[in-house]
Amino acid sequence: MDMKSYLFVLRKPAHSGSYVQELLDIIMTTAAFDQHVTMLLLDDAVFHLKIGQSPQKVAMKDTAAIYKALELYDVTEIYTEEDSLIERGLMLSDLCLPIKSINRTRIASFMKRFDVVFST
Amino acid sequence: MIFAIQINSSPYQSNAGYSAYQFISAALGQHHEIFRVFFYSDGVYHAFKYAMPPEDEFGLTRQWSELAKQYKLDLVVCISAAQKRGLLCSDEAKRQNKTDDDLAEGFRISGLGQLVEATLVSDRFIVFG
Repeated sequence: MDMKSYLFVLRKPAHSGSYVQELLDIIMTTAAFDQHVTMLLLDDAVFHLKIGQSPQKVAMKDTAAIYKALELYDVTEIYTEEDSLIERGLMLSDLCLPIKSINRTRIASFMKRFDVVFST
Repeated sequence: MIFAIQINSSPYQSNAGYSAYQFISAALGQHHEIFRVFFYSDGVYHAFKYAMPPEDEFGLTRQWSELAKQYKLDLVVCISAAQKRGLLCSDEAKRQNKTDDDLAEGFRISGLGQLVEATLVSDRFIVFG
């Protein structure tokens, strides 16, 4: 089968409806099809990986745990954007996975590298 | 050009579904190919057979069924998103020991692999909603 490079852009916070969980399902399916998958967390999506969440207290699934499982699907390219972190008082060390941060001015050229961009 | 389309919002949540319908009609009218329309998340609400809008409102589900018939469109509803929201076709209902038959004409239920396949074979992939 053909190979394409996929970028998944996530912008909403975790546990805002089923959005994150359903997008993670697409990401895992795409990776299971042996496609090259990259993720970009913008705006409130940076909270997905915040250390110290207790989603079970509000009957929600642990989305941060799903992120950790993505490695099993060879999804290791996860990026965020510097200003999204700073605007929310966060640093990379507040996140539970070692992801990379890129500058806001580079986002457009970064997106151009991919064949398919998923953003909802 | 070959297009793959994903629809994520329900008919009454936003106008994204109607925009998708208009885009698809226009693309087909100009002899482009729509490889597949994939209904995901709350987009599965487009496929409920027993949605009964008032006569003076645009019934999007019925329009999808007609478009599918006219152009042999492949309208696919994600099975996990559908089951979660109570949309069962008769086959699936039997497997679950239920008596539902909710899927509107022209739609079929399948998995997320159908979405990935559509993005792989199409020139352009567009998400609505």
